[in-house]
Amino acid sequence: MEFIKHQIEKIKPNFEKGGKWEKHYYSFEALETFLFAPATTNGIKGAQIRDAIDLKRLMMTVIISMVPCLLFGMWNVGHQHFLAIGQAASFMDKFWIGVVQVMPIVVVSYGVGLGIEFVFATYRRHPVNEGFLVTGMLIPLVMPPDVPLWQVGLATAFAVIIGKEAFGGTGMNVMNVALTARAFLYFAYPTDISGSVWTYIGEAKTVAGYSGATPLSLAADAATTGTNVVTSLNSFGAGWNEGVFSFWNMFMGIMPGCIGETSTLMCLVGAFILVATGAGSWKVILSVFGGAYAMGLLLNLIGGNAFVEMPAHYHLVIGGLAFGAVFMATDPVTASQTETGKWIYGALIGIFTVMIRVFNPAYPEGIMLAILLMNVFAPLIDYFVVSANKKRRLQRATV
Amino acid sequence: MGKFIRLKKGFTINLAGKAVPKVVEIEQPETFVIKPTDFYGIYMPKPVVKEGDTVKAGSPLFHDKKHENILYTAPVSGEVVEIKRGEKRKLLEIKILADKKVEYETFKKHTVSEIANLSAVELKEQLVKSGVWPNLIQRPFGVVADPATTPKAIHISAFDTHPLAPDYSVLYKGQEHYFQIGIDVLKKLTSGAVHVNTHATTEISTVFSQVKGAEVNKFSGPHPVGCVGVQIHHLDPINKGQTVWTTTPAGVIQIAKLLLNGVYDSSKIVALTGSEVKAPQYYKTYTGASVKKFLQGNLKQENVRVISGNPLTGSSIGKEGHIGFFDQQVSVIPEGDYAEFVGWITPGERKLSFHRAIGLFSFLSPNKERVVDTNTHGEPRAFVQSGIFEQVTPMDILPTQLIKSILAEDIDEMEALGIYEVIEEDLALCEFVDVSKHKVQEILREGLELVQQS
Repeated sequence: MEFIKHQIEKIKPNFEKGGKWEKHYYSFEALETFLFAPATTNGIKGAQIRDAIDLKRLMMTVIISMVPCLLFGMWNVGHQHFLAIGQAASFMDKFWIGVVQVMPIVVVSYGVGLGIEFVFATYRRHPVNEGFLVTGMLIPLVMPPDVPLWQVGLATAFAVIIGKEAFGGTGMNVMNVALTARAFLYFAYPTDISGSVWTYIGEAKTVAGYSGATPLSLAADAATTGTNVVTSLNSFGAGWNEGVFSFWNMFMGIMPGCIGETSTLMCLVGAFILVATGAGSWKVILSVFGGAYAMGLLLNLIGGNAFVEMPAHYHLVIGGLAFGAVFMATDPVTASQTETGKWIYGALIGIFTVMIRVFNPAYPEGIMLAILLMNVFAPLIDYFVVSANKKRRLQRATV
Repeated sequence: MGKFIRLKKGFTINLAGKAVPKVVEIEQPETFVIKPTDFYGIYMPKPVVKEGDTVKAGSPLFHDKKHENILYTAPVSGEVVEIKRGEKRKLLEIKILADKKVEYETFKKHTVSEIANLSAVELKEQLVKSGVWPNLIQRPFGVVADPATTPKAIHISAFDTHPLAPDYSVLYKGQEHYFQIGIDVLKKLTSGAVHVNTHATTEISTVFSQVKGAEVNKFSGPHPVGCVGVQIHHLDPINKGQTVWTTTPAGVIQIAKLLLNGVYDSSKIVALTGSEVKAPQYYKTYTGASVKKFLQGNLKQENVRVISGNPLTGSSIGKEGHIGFFDQQVSVIPEGDYAEFVGWITPGERKLSFHRAIGLFSFLSPNKERVVDTNTHGEPRAFVQSGIFEQVTPMDILPTQLIKSILAEDIDEMEALGIYEVIEEDLALCEFVDVSKHKVQEILREGLELVQQS
């Protein structure tokens, strides 16, 4: 330890003002503070003591909450792979296939994103913010397992440059960066983000009867054909993957889909970590689920087509609702910042998710669009909450 | 009848080294210092003494050019040995080499019944020239009160919830009489009530519980419940155009002593606290005392920070520094000038945190006294609205939005968001819990000065 510290101290003058690598100071600072929490002390006036928290630890907490989704996702990628090609395989074989398929996506996401972060930090002369540590993990989790790596890189670059740096960098972005990456792929390569992309097939041949349909597309189809959604979900996969879309199977997440978002259970584990550590707002998580469920119930009452009549609790386990509610909607930068606003923001995300799913079959994945939409409206919600606070103060003055 | 107000939000920082309730008297320090920088709202302090002059306790040292009638006076008698100036010749401090025995400037003495008959104008005239006046602080802005105004109320917090705070029942033991007279005097200076705000869950000193003629309110909850700004917010909030005065029990007692005894008595009891002090206890001394003699042979180690005031809102003064005008506490904590290998993730039960993020377990044992050093525990980063400020602000004020409006220098917005109701200590916890390590108190003062100048 002392040796590393000594070496860092030795090269430090090169990065400080007047040193030969002066413009790379913030890249150096990022690496230095990663190795050693700095020896800086508080100023002579004001708080002389500080909480032991820092942004790195807060971000690390969020990353740890995503680990259950990541590990489960790796296994599930392998599991779905072997189901699709009709072979039996051991737990470790499945997991290993998943690791091989998922890790490159993670590496590309972090590599491209952090590279851009460092370039902007150097260019704009500000510290490298740790926010991307979370974004870099979120992006792979919302990618289909079979996505080409160049698309991951391109989507990440788009999200970081256009979604974040164009707005001024960390803390200034209007829309969630990871979702921007996902939305970019969705709209830029629509043909690649459909069909059998949700399962990694590789070079192998699929079994007879294999279909890459998702619960959302099945439900949308059911609406046009008029068959009961639940029956159509339960009967799917007969012969090669019986019961894949049964309610409990979908809750567990043992189905094709994006790497990290299939399992509602793992998302709830993540939600537990976020809420217990205070890193994510329980108000947002609860209100997204509540909003979606309430909207589902309301639609059930109104009735109409088969999708509208799908039991409300199915909305909570299909698609990426749980993942979006737990990890995307709670992003403190793009969510509502007032406590009252968080309830409204979350509930509207839930309501819009279900509305987009049911009434707009062109875009089956409602949660992504709903969150991005509410990201844009979050400042407006805050505006009204803050105005109410100001009004209370003004009214008091006249009494 | 007073009110009973329960607050939930906040965080009591439980540090090791609280003073044991024992008051000792040692040989008095040699030097005493009055710092104009301890008072807000002073535009141009102008000294009225020269180096080499001899002064008595209560003799004027300086005044503000804007309010020449308010005199800031010597706490003890002796010789003015140094007038320290900073950039642009700004007056920083006036140092007095104290006499062995304090001699007092004589002011007019009154009996209790005479005091009862004094008018507000006569009272103010006596208070401003003796040196006790700066104990009266005006909200908004937390500046020394303007004698020309009549506040809508006067508030006194009768307890302190800051880390390592002194126990008021030790500080003001046996001062019942003076406190009562002081309250009677303050009642004449306001159009409204005098509020004495006490703590509901600890035993209240008879100094406060037996006071007559004041509203005795009760508060409960974690820090910052002891901050008078938080108390005012819940009792009778300050609106635009209104003024409220605040003072401390020490100020009330000083005012009474001036009128009854005819002297400016700056004697006070100071708590010497902190994990690095061998024997944390109370000392009898005078305003502006040098801490050198209290610390001699009383420190556990040498790499320490000596703070006048508490570790949350105080100032670092060094081992030979002098205690600030309003401070009743000196805190000595370890200096945190060390780098910690991957310190951003190492777990530790000893690391004090309001948060519960990975590796921070201090929330499991809130009653444990902790040693906290001056390390920043992280580097400055972009603002993250994690909602944590709101959890330590027990007021209907949006701290994140308020601080942002100050950074944007938007004065109308600051007013609308309630900047009139707060000063540094009310939001000091936000600075403590901030993930991005902003200097919240400094930012708030900049905002207050902007609004004041507008």
